[in-house]
Parts: sequence; C-alpha cells; structure tokens
Amino acid sequence: MATSASSKLSKAVKQQYMDLPQGDNVQAMYIWIDGTGEGLRCKTRTLDSEPKTIEELPEWNFDGSSTYQSEGSNSDMYLIPQAMFRDPFRKDPNKLVLCDVLKYNRKPAETNLRQMCKKIMDMVQNRHPWFGMEQEYTILGTDGHPFGWPSNGFPGPQGPYYCGVGADKAYGRDVVEAHYRACLYAGVKICGTNAEVMPAQWEFQVGPCEGIDMGDHLWIARFLLHRVCEDFGVVASFDPKPIPGNWNGAGCHTNFSTKEMREEGGLKHIEEAIERLAKRHQYHIRAYDPKGGLDNARRLTGHHETSNINEFSAGVANRGASIRIPRSVGQEMKGYFEDRRPSANCDPYAVTEALIRTCLLSEEGEEPMTYK
Amino acid sequence: MSYVSDSSSLNKALRQQYLSLPQGHFCQVTYVWIDGSGEGLRSKTRTMDSEPKSITDLTEWNFDGSSTGQSEGRNSDMLLIPVCMFRDPFLLDPNKLVLCEVLKHTREPAESNHRNSCNKVMEKVKNLHPWFGMEQEYTLFGVDGHPYGWPRLGFPKPQGPYYCSVGADRAFGRDIVECHYKACLYAGIKISGTNAEVMPSQWEFQVGPCEGIEMGDHLWMARFLLHRVCEDFGVVATLDPKPMTGDWNGAGCHINVSTEQMREEGGIEHIEKAIEKLGKQHAEHIRLYDPHGGEDNKRRLTGRHETASIHDFSAGVANRGASVRIPRQVGQEKRGYFEDRRPAANCDPYAVTCAMARTCMVEEEEDVHELE
Repeated sequence: MATSASSKLSKAVKQQYMDLPQGDNVQAMYIWIDGTGEGLRCKTRTLDSEPKTIEELPEWNFDGSSTYQSEGSNSDMYLIPQAMFRDPFRKDPNKLVLCDVLKYNRKPAETNLRQMCKKIMDMVQNRHPWFGMEQEYTILGTDGHPFGWPSNGFPGPQGPYYCGVGADKAYGRDVVEAHYRACLYAGVKICGTNAEVMPAQWEFQVGPCEGIDMGDHLWIARFLLHRVCEDFGVVASFDPKPIPGNWNGAGCHTNFSTKEMREEGGLKHIEEAIERLAKRHQYHIRAYDPKGGLDNARRLTGHHETSNINEFSAGVANRGASIRIPRSVGQEMKGYFEDRRPSANCDPYAVTEALIRTCLLSEEGEEPMTYK
Repeated sequence: MSYVSDSSSLNKALRQQYLSLPQGHFCQVTYVWIDGSGEGLRSKTRTMDSEPKSITDLTEWNFDGSSTGQSEGRNSDMLLIPVCMFRDPFLLDPNKLVLCEVLKHTREPAESNHRNSCNKVMEKVKNLHPWFGMEQEYTLFGVDGHPYGWPRLGFPKPQGPYYCSVGADRAFGRDIVECHYKACLYAGIKISGTNAEVMPSQWEFQVGPCEGIEMGDHLWMARFLLHRVCEDFGVVATLDPKPMTGDWNGAGCHINVSTEQMREEGGIEHIEKAIEKLGKQHAEHIRLYDPHGGEDNKRRLTGRHETASIHDFSAGVANRGASVRIPRQVGQEKRGYFEDRRPAANCDPYAVTCAMARTCMVEEEEDVHELE
C-alpha cells in the first residue's frame, strides 16, 4: 500500500483533540528553507496572545547542524519572521510564519535567497512588477512510485490526463482540492488548479503577486502542499523530471509584467525585455533550479512542451519556446509574457530576482551587479 | 506497517455519545502518580459531589502499592497526596486531573517520590526565582515494539531529512503531537513548543518556563497526557534514552536553567559560576539524570549524535556536543540562561531540578545532602 502508516491514525480521535479550546494561547509555526534550498522545515512555539502583524513575532533560532546548514560545534542559526499566514491545519487564531535564516554572524544563510531578492525588489518598486507562477508537481506514494500508477509498471501513454476527469484519468484529486482550500484559508494568493499532462501530475498557480510577495506566497503554498500530502499519506515531489522517457517533466512557468507592459502599447516593453533575456540565457538557466542548471538539463530537452536548455527562443503562443507571449497579449499589444524555463523545484526568490535584474535593471553578462 | 492497538479501533463516535452525557453536579477526579519504577505513571478516578476549585478541596486517597512495585502485599496501602490540579482534556470540564505525591503508610515519602525533597530545596532557593524549561524528547512505537512508521522488517533512510520536517516520508505520527499540544494547552500545562526530531518517529515538546517545583509537576503531567493520547491512537510513546542502537539519535531531556541574577544585566558571570560548580559535580549529576544511576545514559551519551561523552564534562557557546551549552544570543547579550544537555529522556524532573538547585543555587553545605 502506497500511503503512510500515519495517515491511517483515527482522524475522528484527532478532531476531538483539535476541538479543545486553547484560551488566549496561540500556536505559531515557524517555517524555513533548509540547507538543500528545496526542503522546508518547521517548528512551533506558544505565544500568549494573537499576533496581529509580523512585527509582533519574536526572532527564534534552531539547530542548523540538523538541517545541512551548520556544524555541531557552532550550530545556532537565527529565524527572522517575514510573512504571516493563517494556519489551515490548526485554524484561527494560530499562525504559520515564513522566516529568513541567518547564520551565527547574522549574515544570510547560503540558501537564504530572500534577502537579496528583497533588496532588488525594493529598488524597482515604482515599476510595480507582477508575477504569477505555475507550480507543477507529481504525487508519489511512500514507495517513491507515482501515486495511482500500477505498482510495477506504467499507465497508458499521455493524452487523456491533462485537465481530465474520471478515476482512470485523475489520480489524487483530493489532495488538490484540500490544498486549494487550505491556501485560500491561509491567505495565499492561489488563482487556479488543473490536472497536468502526466498522470498523477498536477499544477496550481499563485499570483498575481507584486515583488517579494511572489516568493513568500509560493514557498508557503509549497509548505501547505507537503503538509496536506502528509495528512493523506502521500508525497509531493517537485523533481523536474520524475520519470525518464515519454513522460512530461515538471516546471514552474513564470509570468511577468510591469506597469508599463500592462498599459497601452505595452507590447513594446515586453519585446525589449525579451531581447535582454535573449542575451543572458545561461545566467538565467543557472538561477532557474537549485543545482545551477543540472536539474533542468534532465527536463529542458526540446520535447514534451519544453525548449532546449542550450538555446533561447521566444514566440507568440509557442509552448516549445523559452519565452511564450500569450496570443491574447499579441493581439491586444499589452499584457505580460511567460518564461517557461524555471524548473518545478526552483527557488522563486532566485527566479524573480533574475527577471528584475535582466529586464528592469538592464544587467548583462554572467555575474549579478552589486548595488549600494 | 506498524501495529496499533485493538482498543484504538473501538468506535470513537460511539464513545463520544457517552462522553457527551451530562453529569449533573458530579465531578470526576483522576489521581495520577509515579509508580515504583520511577518512570511509570498510574491513575485512578473518583467521583466528587462538586467541582474542586483548588487543590485544598481535594482529599488524600490511597492505593495498593503491592501492585505498582511500591510495597509488600501484607502492608500495601500507600497514600496519595494531591499536589497539583489540571483540567482534564479527555473527560473535559468540570473534570480534573490531579498529580499526587506518594507516601508510605508511615507517611514517609515513597522511594520514587523525589518531589518531597525537591520541594524542600526549592523552598530554600525561592528568592533566587529559579526558572526551568525542559525539552522532552520521545519516540513513537507501534505495539509491536518497532518505531511507528518504520518499514516493518527494516529501517528508513539515514538521519538528515527528519528534524523539523514535513511530508509523509519524513514526519511520522504528527497527529499525536498536535493532539498532545492541544491537550496540554487545555489542561493548563505550560507547553511552550514542539518539533520533529533528528531520528524518524522521534519528537520533542518543551515545557516551561516554570519556577521551582512547577517544572516537575508540569512535566510529569505532560508525560501522562502523552501516554494517554498515544493510547487513544493505539501507539506507544517511549522515553527510553536509546531506543535504537546504531546510527540513530538517542532521546534526552535537555534542561534550561536561570536565576533572576542570570537573567539580569551582566548575568553571564553568574551563569559561568554555575557551570563551574556543575563541572565539579559531574559524576553526582550523572547518577541523578536517569532513573538507573547513570546506566541508561551510558547507552546514550557517547560523544556522537549531538551528545557529550558520559565520562567528561564540557561546556561551550552554541556547542551541541558539550555537556552544557550556552546559547549564542546569551553569549552575545551577556545574560540569560544555560542548557544542561545531560539528562536522559526518562529522567525524573524533580531529581534533576533538585540537583541543579543544590549544586548551583544553595550556598550552605549543611542540610543539603538528602540523597535519594
């Protein structure tokens, strides 16, 4: 059986405990990105009243030697609250708190890409950059095989599954429905969901978010997904190519626009941005997965609705290109464009920062500029 | 798949129907005590005509000590003296849980009653306002004696991904943790947080800050709640300090300590003095930090897996391999508290806090040596 033992514990018993009143006490779960740049960790503390704003949440610390982030002899790392959400598991007044990680010397941890992203976003506030990211993922059983697939084999070839309905086409919809509702409760800007091309693969979209919010909302949405899957006893994978062969990979297409692009005649600004991106392909590829491009090398083959990792291309309504301009944008001469290169396990802070640097700060070359 | 108890599959909806029956003015009071092993907890319930408002409303009781390893059959009556009252999260208001001291028929404290002497020492040092916080680690087992959620005839992947984790392949048994937290909040126990631990199926909760005797009272009742919640789910919580041999973490009960002087400006001086005193009493403390005179801790304090070796005393800032750790921000702010990492998960918190107060806080040598 592919679901975890924990998922079979009695949820009726659990509900009885979860209904217990908790007085003025509030549980705040602090969430952070670990040393892998992909994994999320969490721990909870009791507060004696409900925090109304992020400023009311105290700093905390944790043992970085247990999360691939420091040595045992000097292991304390700091957690700095940055974004607060309602807790859809423990419900009001309890909170989920997304945190920055600092090393013992208060410099950002290696996988804390938020700090630099925030700095860059602050520089371009008046351009009002909006993002929407399309998070694809695959549901796996605890045996590591895609959920719902026959245990020693494969389902029928791709074709019927994208946006499909029916027990023979959609595997694990409960997870998707539960996650969507959890995101709405929490305050995450989830704007939609659909079943994807590979069976057991799904997608949700977060946005439009301005600036740093994109990374914050996407990371919390990912946490909610892992937590919902844990409850159901299955696993969400953001591996960009979970099954080799004639099966789609998983990306995180990023839609991007500035105020100028959204206004009359904005297409001109979109085309300028794409020209700049064309000159900096390798820089972006390195920023678009946590292994500097190695993960995406398995996914961006030029097949299965991807572009080839070695070439940059752009086109209207072209899903085989690196950048796609939606047909409606081409017609209305304003709107946004879609960068299809980021992998499902990308760090959204790194992706959004790279887009700002290249398109709005007009950076060129292989290295990021240092400002101030 | 781990085994859960038969009881856990009894119909909980049916149970709920009965537990919702009104009970008039009657109140169920459950007396809880530590048995002859020094680790086990026992309980029995009596009806009272009205809700007790304070501990003074509760009368003494007695029990058969020959059935709990505490006395001989021919002279078996032992006394239960109520010392601390909590709300009952299982039977709900107005019902109560009452932690008791055990006295022999002579009214001397029973062998495993360490609260009596602890209370005397805490009285002596009450002007120092000693605060404690204890980090209780524990492991979840199925009723088959194998860690809950581990593959039936084997082992999970090595440690690394589990600490503070999320996901069905990383966090095993979170339902128990969540329910225990809510139960503690309801009961009035000063539970300050929870997190997943380094070994899979291992968890931790923290109780504190508690002043003086409160630490032992709250931690023992929190342990009772844990065993009771696990019983409801059909799994077992073990406080064994080294449940799995090999490359798997043990389970401790790190104790955080401070006096008013340590918490004030320049308090680091008092912290360092206290640590010096501890350094001179290493063997004595080791004897008191598990219920078997140090034998249990020999299996755990190896110098590996974030422990100090049982043979040596060491201290350091942010050093999780030392006997005593000074948290980094305490080192920086020059005030605060310190953490003694030596106590085993199955320690008696009365014995531990008593030893701490005697060594670090009592000035005179005279009437201090009431050895257990």
